[in-house]
Amino acid sequence: MKETLKNENTEYWRWQEYHKIFPAKSWKNKNLITAGVDVGSVGSKAAVMIDGEIYSYVIMRTGSNSPDSAKKVMGWALEGTELKLDDFKYIVGTGYGRVNVPMANKAITEIACHAKGANYIWGPSVRTVLDVGGQDIKAIRCDETGRVTSFLMNDKCAAGTGRGMEVFADLLKVPIEEIGEFSLRIDEEPPPVSCTCVAFAKTEAMGLLRKGWSKEKVLAAYTRAMAVRMGNLVNRVGLEKELVITGGQSKNIGIVSRIENILGVKCLPTPNWRENGLDPMVAGAIGAALLAKALYEKSQKI
Amino acid sequence: VITAGIDLGTQSVKVVILKDGGVISRGQAFSGFEPAKAAEQAVGEALKKAKLTLTNVNHITATGSGMDMAPYANSTISMMGADAKAGVCLFPKARTIVDIGAEEARAVKCDEKGVMIDFVVNERCAAGAGTFIEAMARALEVKLEEMGPLSLKAERASPINATCVIFGESDVVSLIHRQESKPEIARAIFDAMADRVSSMVFRLGVNPDVVLVGGVAKDVGFVASLKRKLGIDVLIPENPEFAGALGAALNAASRIREMQQ
Repeated sequence: MKETLKNENTEYWRWQEYHKIFPAKSWKNKNLITAGVDVGSVGSKAAVMIDGEIYSYVIMRTGSNSPDSAKKVMGWALEGTELKLDDFKYIVGTGYGRVNVPMANKAITEIACHAKGANYIWGPSVRTVLDVGGQDIKAIRCDETGRVTSFLMNDKCAAGTGRGMEVFADLLKVPIEEIGEFSLRIDEEPPPVSCTCVAFAKTEAMGLLRKGWSKEKVLAAYTRAMAVRMGNLVNRVGLEKELVITGGQSKNIGIVSRIENILGVKCLPTPNWRENGLDPMVAGAIGAALLAKALYEKSQKI
Repeated sequence: VITAGIDLGTQSVKVVILKDGGVISRGQAFSGFEPAKAAEQAVGEALKKAKLTLTNVNHITATGSGMDMAPYANSTISMMGADAKAGVCLFPKARTIVDIGAEEARAVKCDEKGVMIDFVVNERCAAGAGTFIEAMARALEVKLEEMGPLSLKAERASPINATCVIFGESDVVSLIHRQESKPEIARAIFDAMADRVSSMVFRLGVNPDVVLVGGVAKDVGFVASLKRKLGIDVLIPENPEFAGALGAALNAASRIREMQQ
């Protein structure tokens, strides 16, 4: 009885929040310390960089108030380090709440930051970045320096966003971090759900479950529909290799493999982010910290 | 002459029975997961009220998204066609009919005979339909039927960025956390929905009189918001949710007339 109750209260949409420090890199005697703070609609990320190398980063859920979320995420990034806010030469705020980052010297759009961050994580061969965030999806084209050449965005509709995935994790009672792998446990890929609207797709999914479809199959059909939507956005902006995926859904193998299948290209393999901090979910904050470094250096030249 | 119209909607099935062009009874049942059964139930209810049996009905026309699930119907009519017929029958001066159901919103432009000229439809996104109000009422923890009256108490609308049911749910939660008042949040929800619906009407061109039908027409909060956005009065019939079924029953009656000629 207690067990059931516990299960009912489980928040399947809740993903892990974490802080990583890479202590091998000592910050002492170094001088250029910058940070990027990416306050997204669902997740807040902070990346601390020393001379353009990742030293510490955090991923946590955004609260109802952007300045508080920025302070919390930055505070956590400094925890366990000897750094203080005063040590930072330059901080760039980005993301949905970028204008409300109190410690930032400048706000830069997440589109520029994701392109820059992807260029840093995967190298100069990246030309197309698909950023799947909590409440929007962006297809970004960039040059070999990580500068944006064009982009397209959908921020009006939950279809294909991380938020939509959370809704399905809750509906099917599958933890969000497992839904990708779960959606691949099928013998044959079912046709995608016909509704793109997440509210309608929920109703359609309940109908399919009633028809006797397994949760895996329903999730596969939904994931496929969302991947088709993301693929369309990439095709509209124009796909040029190499393609990479950033944002929370970069960790959803069900989405990544289906996008590769739909677009007929392989994404560049994700670096070993647990070891080196090159985390695709933090690409925006990493890009912001790099742009902060560039802005500081530029200001010193004048 | 007895005719019947069945409107198999996504949320409920509505039936109207006409005798010589006048409504003699109605029936309604929730579609659930078995709309065909619901249709039989709604037809049964309407026949019982009219003290008739199916054999007494001269012609049945079906409409609505589930119109194929009533095999006993003699004919079908598009939802837009049914809206136009019903709108002009209810209000002879009507030239624009807006029909908002649970999962779909339509704006139909028609002539004085109730013949459809043009239409715009939103069926891909829940943000312009009744589902949106239902989801927002749940997020606000307010009963659906209380949403409208509540919104009328607001002096202004809270800023809300709801273009999507899913995002709207989290928007509402954060507005509650910011201690915005419920009436103002409710008004913002209706305003956001009326924005979408009025933009459909603007695409057709505003041709008065504008008639609003469908279940959402019963919501005083939405009606107030739509009037504000359109800048003109909006006419609402009694029993607006039966407009589609009425249009279908009128279509059945004209089929009989055609056959008699």
